Amino acid sequence: MRLRLRGIEKSFGATRALAGVDLEAHAGEVLALIGENGAGKSTLMKVISGAHSPDAGTMELDGQPFAPHQPRESSDAGIAMIYQELTLALHLTTEENLVLGREPAKLGWIDRRRRREIARAALETVNHAHLPLDVPVRELSVAERQIVEIARACASGARVIILDEPTSSLGRADVQNLFHVIAALAAKGVALIYISHFLEECREVAKRYLVLRDGRSVGGGVLKEIDDNGLIRLMVGREVSELYPQLPHTLGEPLLKVEKLAGPDSKPRGVSFAVRRGEVFGLAGLIGAGRTEILRSVFGLDQASAGSVVVAGTPLRFGRPRESLARGLGLLSENRKEEGLLLNRDLADNFTLSRLDTVASRGFVSRRRQLAASNELIKRLDVRTKSAEQAVGTLSGGNQQKVAFGRLLHQQATILLLDEPTRGIDVGAKAVLYRQMLELAQTGCAVVLVSSYLPELLGLCDTIGVMCRGELVAVRPRDQWDEHSLMTAALGRE
Amino acid sequence: MSTPSLHRLSWLKRYPLLGPLFGLLFVLGLFEIMVYVRHLYSDYPTEPWAHFFPLEPRYNFLTAYTIGLTLTQTVIVATGALGMTVIIVAGGIDLSAGSVVALASVISAAILRSGHSSWLAALAGILSAMLVGAVNGGVISGFRMMPFIVTLGMMGIARGLAKWVGDNQTVNYNFKSTEGVNILMNNPAQLGSWDVPLWVPPSGVIVLLLLTVVMSFVLNRSVFGRHVFALGSNEDTARLCGLRTRLLKVGVYVLGGLFIGLAGVFTLARLQQGDPTVATGLELEIIAAVVIGGASLTGGVGSVWGAVIGALMMTALKSGAVQMGWPSYVQEIIIGLVIVLAVGVDKIRHRGGS
Repeated sequence: MRLRLRGIEKSFGATRALAGVDLEAHAGEVLALIGENGAGKSTLMKVISGAHSPDAGTMELDGQPFAPHQPRESSDAGIAMIYQELTLALHLTTEENLVLGREPAKLGWIDRRRRREIARAALETVNHAHLPLDVPVRELSVAERQIVEIARACASGARVIILDEPTSSLGRADVQNLFHVIAALAAKGVALIYISHFLEECREVAKRYLVLRDGRSVGGGVLKEIDDNGLIRLMVGREVSELYPQLPHTLGEPLLKVEKLAGPDSKPRGVSFAVRRGEVFGLAGLIGAGRTEILRSVFGLDQASAGSVVVAGTPLRFGRPRESLARGLGLLSENRKEEGLLLNRDLADNFTLSRLDTVASRGFVSRRRQLAASNELIKRLDVRTKSAEQAVGTLSGGNQQKVAFGRLLHQQATILLLDEPTRGIDVGAKAVLYRQMLELAQTGCAVVLVSSYLPELLGLCDTIGVMCRGELVAVRPRDQWDEHSLMTAALGRE
Repeated sequence: MSTPSLHRLSWLKRYPLLGPLFGLLFVLGLFEIMVYVRHLYSDYPTEPWAHFFPLEPRYNFLTAYTIGLTLTQTVIVATGALGMTVIIVAGGIDLSAGSVVALASVISAAILRSGHSSWLAALAGILSAMLVGAVNGGVISGFRMMPFIVTLGMMGIARGLAKWVGDNQTVNYNFKSTEGVNILMNNPAQLGSWDVPLWVPPSGVIVLLLLTVVMSFVLNRSVFGRHVFALGSNEDTARLCGLRTRLLKVGVYVLGGLFIGLAGVFTLARLQQGDPTVATGLELEIIAAVVIGGASLTGGVGSVWGAVIGALMMTALKSGAVQMGWPSYVQEIIIGLVIVLAVGVDKIRHRGGS
């Protein structure tokens, strides 16, 4: 037994974030920690990392009582966290990052030879000895940075490594690579805790699971002995029988026509497709295949270099988001924190920002109308918030995403460009967004859904196109695709 | 679950203006007590604290006269702070404000000297500051440059222009203090025409008050104002939502220039001459007032009432220190401490919120 938690509780004021968590992580094994957003996973991680002290309960590390009071104590004891947002110093080199905070030194001067040895050894532990040591890490891909981060954990002698949603920004190949690294670390006797929303990933990488719900550990065991429905039942405490609702919708005439669209760096490279009224059009592909770039250049956030976009028979000018908005286009950014939302502003501002004129008269915003519109959206999307005047940044990820989506509803977009709308959000929020997308399709809107989550594309879309290296390699009705053929096409092996 | 509930937010968080307001009342109360205590002990000059409470006949800080004087002295910084609030809320900064105040006042003075009407002079001063704002905003959004750098450069340029216009000396003009823009900063009692008590503040204070009401409304309620908040909160989101971010930025600096130019006109009305070396370092006082008032230099947060309170607090500190007979270096140290303290308190207040 590497790490054992017993009856951990933690409250913040009146909010009970953890209400009794038991956890056991064994050396040489991967434990999948599963739960909706807001189930208490991040609080639990903060307790283990020493950022919060638990109100009740005990922790043991290798049989010794373990009660870190600050993150430093926890990392000294051999516990490493790999967060969703990577914590590398982007301007420093790989080597410098690997020893950051633990630089080998003689009399205050860096021992460069020793540093190189440590860095090499760390990269070898994670089977990535080929990564360049002298390049600033901002030159590396996101996947490579993550490997560097894990290698850094190893270099610090980590006995327990906790990975928080490590694959949320990785493509399939990088995910596989990461899994090899995880397996290699487990084989070396490290205990790993793997947090993810993706059940099939958990099954692939972990042996045992632990489900958190409402701050409690509600079930655990061996993953092979439980099916997805059983896990989801544990997670949400109810049956999610209709995660992908089947709402009948009829396809009309083409609403959005993209022709030979091309952008800088061959992303996209002469892509043509049409989306009809009432159609949910999926775009599958690996990260970096150019899907995001298509949405951004259609909407006008990026400048397209060639091609044309026609909306309801009239061409759309490139590079003018304001005009696109007026023509009924709405873009949900893949990055809600950095682009999608005004985190320090309230829900009302975020919902109404793109169409303030609808709640204003003579240039002045009516707060009353702004709040009324927001409250309607809060109800429609089941946003968990105390009021429309709360800062969006204080909501959980799923509820933030509902707000970002709600803005498209407020602006009454008829062509919805959704970029990874369900990335990193909980099942409950996903269900809400799925239903909204299909309801919009029912009313004759065109929905373009970019997603790296294949079950979602197969469950929702009428038509799915697959992107590979900037090109749209295949467009077919949903019933002619399955996960295997989508992946084959995305890898360019069709 | 992990969503903090609103009713757990302290009322300080819900009404962010209360923080600076308490700060101001605290400063005023403190001086009131100190001035009074000094009076009590003024008979015992051998006491060790006698040095800090030197003899002075008056033993009351909060007299109508000192309040009126404090208000008058606040007008220039507070007017500039109205403009700076817009700029800071939009995620920018304007280091050229002090120089532009000088430029505007010198240009106004030059026009007065050539015999034009006082209102034309004021208009010219304000327009010149708005032009500088347009250049600042245009360069910042056109070349995607850092506002800090662009306005730092403009700080030198505007100061140089002011000296050029003034031929490197003060611009004097023949104008009675009871006429034209000059009435803005002069006590109505001194104007002689009306029978009013000495403490009644000059019309500039009223103008400031009206402008604060207007700007508070514009920032919080107008579509433009909400767009300014959005721009400062997250420029990428603003673009995503179809805001004309570049144009908006120029507009922000032009509007800021309007108030900075007006501060220049107030400066002129107070000095009764155009001095190209005036208002050196004023930009920092203005920025400090805005920040004390609760604005965040990262943008998206701020209030004009807060900024005015911040400006009042600094003037109160200054006039209090003068009345206590403290040397000017003590004032400087205290004001420096207050700026750091105000922002520090604000940080603690917001901790745990997100």
